[in-house]
Amino acid sequence: MNKGPFLAVLLAAATIALVAIGTIFPPASVAAYSSGGHFSGSASTPEGAVQGLGEEIRAKAWDRAYASLANKAEFTRAQFQRDLTSAYPDLLTYATLDTFEVQPQHATATDASVQLKMQWSTVVGPSTSTRDLHVVKNGNDWQVEWPIRKTPIVPPQVVPVNYLRWDVIYRTAGDDWGAQDVEAPHVRIVNMHPVQRAEGLVLLGELLNEDVVPAYVSVAATLVSKDQKPIETEASFDKISHQLLPKQITPFLIRFPNVSLSEVGSVRMTPFSTLVSASADPVIEIENEKLNPAPDASLTGQLTNQSGQIANVAHVLGTFYDKSGQVVWVGDQYVDHALLPQTPVAFNIHIPEDLARKVSSERTVVSTFSFGGSE
Amino acid sequence: MKAGLPLLVAGALVMSAASAQSGNLNVPATIQAGAAFSIQCGGSGKATLYIVGPSQMIKRDVQLGEAVSFPAGSVGNAGHYVVFLSSAAGNESGALDVLPAEKPADLTFIAKPSRLPVSLQGAITGAAYVFDSYRNLITKPQSVSFELSNPSSPTQTHTVQTRNGAAWTQMDSSKHEGKDQFIARIGAVTSTRIVNQVPGDPCSLKMNAKSEGGKIQLQTDPVRDCSGNAVPDGTIVTFTESYNDTRSTVDVPLKRGVATIAMPAHRGATISVASGVVLGNQIRWDQ
Repeated sequence: MNKGPFLAVLLAAATIALVAIGTIFPPASVAAYSSGGHFSGSASTPEGAVQGLGEEIRAKAWDRAYASLANKAEFTRAQFQRDLTSAYPDLLTYATLDTFEVQPQHATATDASVQLKMQWSTVVGPSTSTRDLHVVKNGNDWQVEWPIRKTPIVPPQVVPVNYLRWDVIYRTAGDDWGAQDVEAPHVRIVNMHPVQRAEGLVLLGELLNEDVVPAYVSVAATLVSKDQKPIETEASFDKISHQLLPKQITPFLIRFPNVSLSEVGSVRMTPFSTLVSASADPVIEIENEKLNPAPDASLTGQLTNQSGQIANVAHVLGTFYDKSGQVVWVGDQYVDHALLPQTPVAFNIHIPEDLARKVSSERTVVSTFSFGGSE
Repeated sequence: MKAGLPLLVAGALVMSAASAQSGNLNVPATIQAGAAFSIQCGGSGKATLYIVGPSQMIKRDVQLGEAVSFPAGSVGNAGHYVVFLSSAAGNESGALDVLPAEKPADLTFIAKPSRLPVSLQGAITGAAYVFDSYRNLITKPQSVSFELSNPSSPTQTHTVQTRNGAAWTQMDSSKHEGKDQFIARIGAVTSTRIVNQVPGDPCSLKMNAKSEGGKIQLQTDPVRDCSGNAVPDGTIVTFTESYNDTRSTVDVPLKRGVATIAMPAHRGATISVASGVVLGNQIRWDQ
């Protein structure tokens, strides 16, 4: 007996039933979004008010989120949105709020302090931002006072730039086989140190561009066992500054999950470099670098763009040394705000607690990316 | 496909020639590539002559009893050739070795690297391969002269005999930056490569500081390597200011030979300068 028609009817009926259930009993957030109402977070408690605001931000319902604030007279809706998504293209412009946590700090009958920890999904991975919110009681409801951070706006202007740029012309297929090609940049590993971590082996080091031309660089490493057999090959991926100007040094970090240092007889390092068209600007100053001890050990500071060109994404790499000058860790952070000319932006690189005690000094480098082709 | 037909013809003729009894084919043992030559075919009647060699096959209808002449340029590729004569009386075969021409016509010159720092010993290598006008590698020893010249340095010259068609040498990079001409020469034939000699690491890196607009204005002296060559613009100079357990760092590219930056003024700060792994002077800021 052919059961095909019966199965088709059964599937159609099940689909219609599920659509009907979804329409009649939608999830609270969807219902609120579609009806123009508020999310499920009840404004009858401080946490509920912050929860509701978080849901509105996650749904990018900027009008409703702005309307729910107690201090909206202090700024415009556009300023509120720019505070969360940036006025200039940067990591947050293309990010979505993935999750958020609401943590009550203290409360009285009329006001409360609540921390909103937002986990954004960006193109380079998760980015966390935290806001300490003041919540006030207004009648029977609680409302959030948003701590607005007004994005500085660069006034329209023409900035004359006299910057260096390198371009590359390679040999062509028609050249004689003995004809020269442009030489790849000469790079050198000036420091390398393996560190055993709970999650596996980590190789740390520094790479120098010792040439007079810019280089695109990366580092790969192959672990070789004591009986001379290759164990695993990994590369630095984004734990390195890939573009090095002449005489510039970058740290690198290569992870080997689930490999123990005791298994390794030797390490074969393979630095890679190729010529790349590049410009010497923008120049980024790293100010007020400070090593903060445990708990929450970190390297903090500010980046200041000394050039006229806006740097949309900045990647900060910190190299941490012990008293003998040995590299003990390499940490990094993508700064989620664009670097505007002469406008400091803070960064914070986490240092593992167990290594923080060993850290005696540090060296910070920053690489920037500007939308529109130049780097 | 091109190589398939000569091989097929050669294979068939070798089998039949094995049974040839007459000795009327007179082939020169060796000729130079491109030279004119002739083959004497004895007997009478008509026949077909085949010359089969590397990448080349010649077929010629011949009258037996006459010499078959091949003009200059008929056989250009050096190597071992087999000659077959096919006639109604049977097949005959002979061998012909084509040697490279003695006169060099072309040089392939490989020079490495194309860019290197000044004042390095034996860092430049050059290898030359000598060819005749038919692109045959001339294996007979020849003298190749290598010259590395720069307007501001004495010319380095090495003369090397080829072995199996190749000669190689090593040269030092000069003390002065610039584009050196690296020439390989054999007779009137030359091949030129450019070796870009660039400044080495900065030497005696020194900066000065002055107060300007509430900041410290830092500027290096013109940055030069240990041979006095100006380090090229774009080279990164790192300024580091340390004060009260905090630091400020900035990587500044050289522009017009110097690096300049304004950094925050902190009384008691120590400022250092470096480029790559080369350290410069330190300044203590007490204003």
